[in-house]
Amino acid sequence: MVKATDFTVYQKPTWCPGSPACGDFMILGALKLAVAELGLLPHQILISSGIGCGSKLPDYMKVNGFQGIHGRALALATGAGLANHELVVMAVTGDGDGYGIGGNHFLHTMRRNHNVTHIVENNQIYALTKGQYSPTSSRGFVTKTSPLGAIEPPVNPLTLALASGATFISRTFAGDRDHMVRIFKEAIQHRGYALVDVLQPCITFNKLNTYDWYRARVFDVEEGGHDRGDKSAAWELAQSWGERIPIGVLYQEERPTYEDQEIALQAGPLVKRELKKLAPEQVGALKQEFV
Amino acid sequence: MSLNDMSFKIAGEAGQGIESSGAGFAQALARGGLHIFAIQDYMSRIRGGHNFFQIRVAPHDIYSHTDEVHLLLAMNKQAIEEHRAEIAEGGGIIYDQGLEVEAKALEDEGIRAFPSPLVEIAQEVGGHRVMVNTATIAVATGITGYSFDKIAGVIEKNFAKKGKSVVDSNLKVAEVSYQFAQETYTREFEHCLEVVDAPPRMMIHGNHAFCLGALASGCRFISAYPMTPATPIMEWMAARAAEYGIVVKQTEDEIAAINMAIGANHVGVRGMAATSGGGFSLMVEALGLAGMTETPLVVVETQRPGPSTGFATRTEQGDLRFILHASQGDFPRLVLTPGTVEQAFEAGVRAFNLAEKYQTPVIVLYDQFLANSFRTVELDDFDFEGVKIDRGELLSLEDLDKLEGDYQRFSLTESGISPRALPGSHPKAVYPVTSNEHGPDGHLWEDRENRIRMMNKRMRKLETARGDIWPPELYGPEEAEVTFVAWSSTYGPLREAVNRLNKEGTSAKMLHLPQLWPFPKERVSEILGDARRIIGVEQNYSAQLAGLIRQETGIEVEANILKYDGRPFSVDYILARFQKEDFDGQSY
Repeated sequence: MVKATDFTVYQKPTWCPGSPACGDFMILGALKLAVAELGLLPHQILISSGIGCGSKLPDYMKVNGFQGIHGRALALATGAGLANHELVVMAVTGDGDGYGIGGNHFLHTMRRNHNVTHIVENNQIYALTKGQYSPTSSRGFVTKTSPLGAIEPPVNPLTLALASGATFISRTFAGDRDHMVRIFKEAIQHRGYALVDVLQPCITFNKLNTYDWYRARVFDVEEGGHDRGDKSAAWELAQSWGERIPIGVLYQEERPTYEDQEIALQAGPLVKRELKKLAPEQVGALKQEFV
Repeated sequence: MSLNDMSFKIAGEAGQGIESSGAGFAQALARGGLHIFAIQDYMSRIRGGHNFFQIRVAPHDIYSHTDEVHLLLAMNKQAIEEHRAEIAEGGGIIYDQGLEVEAKALEDEGIRAFPSPLVEIAQEVGGHRVMVNTATIAVATGITGYSFDKIAGVIEKNFAKKGKSVVDSNLKVAEVSYQFAQETYTREFEHCLEVVDAPPRMMIHGNHAFCLGALASGCRFISAYPMTPATPIMEWMAARAAEYGIVVKQTEDEIAAINMAIGANHVGVRGMAATSGGGFSLMVEALGLAGMTETPLVVVETQRPGPSTGFATRTEQGDLRFILHASQGDFPRLVLTPGTVEQAFEAGVRAFNLAEKYQTPVIVLYDQFLANSFRTVELDDFDFEGVKIDRGELLSLEDLDKLEGDYQRFSLTESGISPRALPGSHPKAVYPVTSNEHGPDGHLWEDRENRIRMMNKRMRKLETARGDIWPPELYGPEEAEVTFVAWSSTYGPLREAVNRLNKEGTSAKMLHLPQLWPFPKERVSEILGDARRIIGVEQNYSAQLAGLIRQETGIEVEANILKYDGRPFSVDYILARFQKEDFDGQSY
């Protein structure tokens, strides 16, 4: 039996303590539970991340971690997954990381349906740089770089994901561990790109979207009878924000992954192919192309 | 009379099939045992403008084009205007007789005019105007007295995919055109070609030669965004993806390309990103990521003139300083700068071994001139047999079974190289890597002593890599009066210029560097320390190699022949600048 503690490392998180503490602690705890409940072993998992508070997660969990550069976690995860598609590949990013600087990779990873679980720690703020508005900050949100309130409307990751052809689109809340564990497990088990937008309170820089603020608003869509195969209904729900905020699985469809369709991967993971000199017949044929 | 020693130029608009006709014609000549060097000059547009494909033919191995043209195949009137001044004595121009060209004016300039019913034959015999290229090449074949069979063979090969009727129509057009030329012009032309008995040779350009080396060295992953002149690398790999099991990923941008290649290399697949200077600019941040995380990585950068978009389809060597310093902070990198198709092949083989051995980025830097220019080489000139795949210090599953305690990805070693375990391969191969400074176990660590140890460890790899430097090549008499120094594609024209100088009584040699980082300090100091007169030949504005030589050895390059018009060096150009002492600046 795999236990959540099997994923523990000595490194102590540098996230903000408190009561309640930074949502990143809750996400880390729930992710360990989710992978343990799925029976996954540390070496079977690769977590790529970017830069930001939440992107420190791979340093605090016993898995193969790759904390890369800001905004590029999905691209790195894609390369790793193409090279070894037997790995359970995840990308953990923040909202600035995933939806802002990494926006281009976000769009294209979704439409290609790479087999990656994408967990976005969405705290609607640039926290590690100490409090600037982010792509998901609400309009009018006052920060050091938006002293008169943010002028721009926020990115809606869920409608963006629906429009971009994502095959698993979900949202969860860092204040509800059981819900996170359930959604993480479903996302990991989904074959193809899976988005988990995690509503994650930043206790230090975001005094608006707090645990209590979310608790009063979130509701699970499937408890309300939503059919996750219904794209139109998902589109309606995805636009809801403010008084009622939907969480749960908004949309799921089965579609072949990119890896399923890549001809070079039909014979198994690329990394397992023996690396050897070309055979004399191959060399002969290659030379002949140019004769 | 000359035999098997001349240059052709096929010129016309983009969209007229200049490149495919040129390559086909060159292939037909190569198959007749002749040596070929061919350059492509094209504009950044799909239709119109002015492009050419220039083929030099010789009875011996050649490394460069020359400026004289003996037979111009003009696909439009502009081609005649653009290139008539390049026609050598006794040379001529083939053009469609429907073009309004004053044959007499050409003859007055000493140019043979060969108006021919090219469009008429294409339309009446072939049924379509598009076969005018076939007609033109067949006329050139006829005028020079070359073998019709060789042209027919290439037509059969190149049009096979389009079906038998296309092959047959082109063959008919070629036959009629060839006959026309033989009957009308053969006796008038003093430059002749004939098939010689020779073993079959490859006719290949730098990009494809590099691809062959990469494939032989086990490259099985390429992520790239199309960018001239690097695009043929991805295209060639894509065409062989199924057969060789290569993942070819066209990405949303170059940032994704390099990060994907890092991801693939991290889990153990040999992979590369291919681009030109603009795309490399986007890759810079991730280059440092590979350096910091000690991930093997190969990036090939085929230079074109900058700054910015510059000349999209032309050549320059202006990115050397950029490549040497790209990305923040210090980290080890290796820079290979192949100059010939043989070296491009070897760079492909070396790069992937070096990347895994030193667990750091290796940049293969050449330019459009080498990337797109064809040369014939012997089948054995690419040493596939000698390829050794060296994965460096890579722990096997048995090694990991026996490992006591936790695996330390960045263990401190004398060489700086830490034995690598592939994530996903073994329960003990579980570790974090991070772009932040980290301890030997891979976890982020801000300790100051550790920082110094880790920085020293990474940089020690560069010192270790000095033992693996691709040695500079010295060509020409040792005691030469003049020593030219060059890197990358300048090899070809400079080598031939050195030959001519020695033949004409000026004793000269060439020092060519196929690797510029780590810099071959000792060898270059030794060679240049004794040199009498050192002249740099570079395709850039600021003599970047000359500066690097001074930085690394304290030796000054006395004068430089620099060129930054986007057009490649030719033998004649180098000689003219040298003989006129037309040097840039006084001292660098």
